[in-house]
Amino acid sequence: MAFQSKEMAKAYWRENLTLMLWLSVIWFIVSYGCGILFVEQLNAIRLGGFKLGFWFAQQGSIYTFVALTFIYAKKMGDLDRKYGVDDDA
Amino acid sequence: MELQTLTYIVVGFTFAIYIGIAIWARAGSTKDFYVAGGGVHPVANGMATAADWMSAASFISMAGLIAYMGYGGSVFLMGWTGGFVLLAMFLAPYLRKYGKFTVPEFIGDRFYSRTARIVAVVCLIICSVTYVIGQMKGVGVAFSRFLEVSYEVGLLVGMAIVFVYAVVGGMKGITYTQIAQYCVLILAYTIPAFFISFNLTGNPFPQLGLGSTISGTDVYLLDRLDQVITELGFADYTNNVRGSTLNMFVYTLSLMIGTAGLPHVIIRFFTVPKVKDARTSAGWALVFIAILYTTAPAVAAMARLNLHNTIAPPSAEQNLAYEERPQWFKNWEKTGLLEFEDKNGDGRIQYTASAETNEMVKVDRDIMVLANPEIAKLPNWVIALVAAGGLAAALSTAAGLLLAIASAISHDLLKGVLMPDISEKAELRASRIAMAGAIGFAGYLGFNPPDFAAGTVALAFGLAASSIFPVLMMGIFNRRINKEGAIAGMIAGIGVTLFYVFQHKGIMFVASTAFLGDMPANWFFGIEPNAFGAVGAVVNFAVAFAVSAVTKAPPAEVQELVEHIRVPVGVSAAQDH
Repeated sequence: MAFQSKEMAKAYWRENLTLMLWLSVIWFIVSYGCGILFVEQLNAIRLGGFKLGFWFAQQGSIYTFVALTFIYAKKMGDLDRKYGVDDDA
Repeated sequence: MELQTLTYIVVGFTFAIYIGIAIWARAGSTKDFYVAGGGVHPVANGMATAADWMSAASFISMAGLIAYMGYGGSVFLMGWTGGFVLLAMFLAPYLRKYGKFTVPEFIGDRFYSRTARIVAVVCLIICSVTYVIGQMKGVGVAFSRFLEVSYEVGLLVGMAIVFVYAVVGGMKGITYTQIAQYCVLILAYTIPAFFISFNLTGNPFPQLGLGSTISGTDVYLLDRLDQVITELGFADYTNNVRGSTLNMFVYTLSLMIGTAGLPHVIIRFFTVPKVKDARTSAGWALVFIAILYTTAPAVAAMARLNLHNTIAPPSAEQNLAYEERPQWFKNWEKTGLLEFEDKNGDGRIQYTASAETNEMVKVDRDIMVLANPEIAKLPNWVIALVAAGGLAAALSTAAGLLLAIASAISHDLLKGVLMPDISEKAELRASRIAMAGAIGFAGYLGFNPPDFAAGTVALAFGLAASSIFPVLMMGIFNRRINKEGAIAGMIAGIGVTLFYVFQHKGIMFVASTAFLGDMPANWFFGIEPNAFGAVGAVVNFAVAFAVSAVTKAPPAEVQELVEHIRVPVGVSAAQDH
């Protein structure tokens, strides 16, 4: 194991899980929340020619997904470096 | 130039490119055959993954379905993109760290059991074959139009081409050809969309055009569409929920976790050099996919509007006369996928939602994307390009899936379990025979597909969602799940899903054997069969946890393996597993 100690390995895994949890919450809110569960309420708001709920379901959630995967890759890269387990060496 | 000649030239030219690349990079050893010798750059891998992923369902079928489902079609848009977030976070980096060829291999090692590996192989084959049926439908539609023959003849031609194409090259050929295919398919999808969006709204970007006003008016395009189709008796476009909110929720979830459980997509993350690259590779794949997926809803809405405007022009007194129908209408009639019946005998086309007055008796949803540029009267070269793009999408995915099937049979089943001493040559031969068998079987079922191409593919995702995804998740994130739990979970998950699908869609999708009709009244909580994979996944998780709780914990070395894959360093080189 490449970690300096068992505690470090645990801390790394915990930070990883916290990050995943937050990103999954956003993932859930934009798609299932805005796109499905609260679509009617959001449709009362308009974004140009789009009803907002409809926009989330057919456009907005997809843009958010793209952002989420890159945020995850970036943050995990930082985390790997912080704990000295990145693979660039 | 004549449209058909032009189509031959464009399609022929793109094929020459793919075949040229495949020959240039022809697979030498078995390692190359499966994982392209490792070391593919994340952006390149992302592009190839996007081509692998976006099949006839995405290219040919999806927008046509959305055109008729309206808001309800959002399940495809969210479902087939959101899964990449799960894949990037929960699976790709860990499976890459683990560093084996195939998904069943991981399952077999993590659950220290040959039985688990065999069960995984069977699940993988079931979902991949279902997926290939969907591709065959798409290929059949594309070839029938392109050659101006019936759907059945188009399907046979398509099978022959997929056979030649997939059985000759390996993954290495496929990785580079898939980059070329991505370029062809994305241009073929976006160029007509640009034209159509510009013609309708004055905004060339379809993503924005969808939210713009119609040129020369101050009516928004979506409002206009809602008005046109509700006047004809169809459901409102922007509010039309698919089934129920619960059904949409479950459908979307099923497609998302199915994405993250599909072996032919997961296998692509074994081809990058490092764990870090597996994470970014998923991001790049999603960027390339999102270009098509954000364009698709615009294509859908604009195609629907143009179709109705052609048949019943808003300014003219009367509907289109059948005798004056445009060339595209006649061409699609030849395929048998578009049918007109003059019910009131006035020689004009009535297109309404009512079964009594509607004269467009058959409009196969899968023709919409291919017909769209013709309906919009775009130049012939654009129409030819769309045909080439549709074929690229179908071929690239079919090839990737066939490879996953081939490796499951030859690598996991023959070499891994049944005949460990098999030579490399014999393994390659077995995988080619497996591919040929899968093409024949899927093609045969393609004559009477269980649904439109995208619907059939959705079934495949449900099967992957209910079997592969849960055990991978539990294998990585829970140390306590043991072989008994995993095996029982997979069998229960895919069993429940298959049972539900077969009772509504027929055993092995042969409709006459469906013992409960394919109708909403018989659906469990109103959940349609295409969406049932998410329920199967819940069953899988529940059974696996319950069984693991009452049986022996996994051995210490397996628990160590779980620790090992959680750390990104020390990855085995991609070219050398």
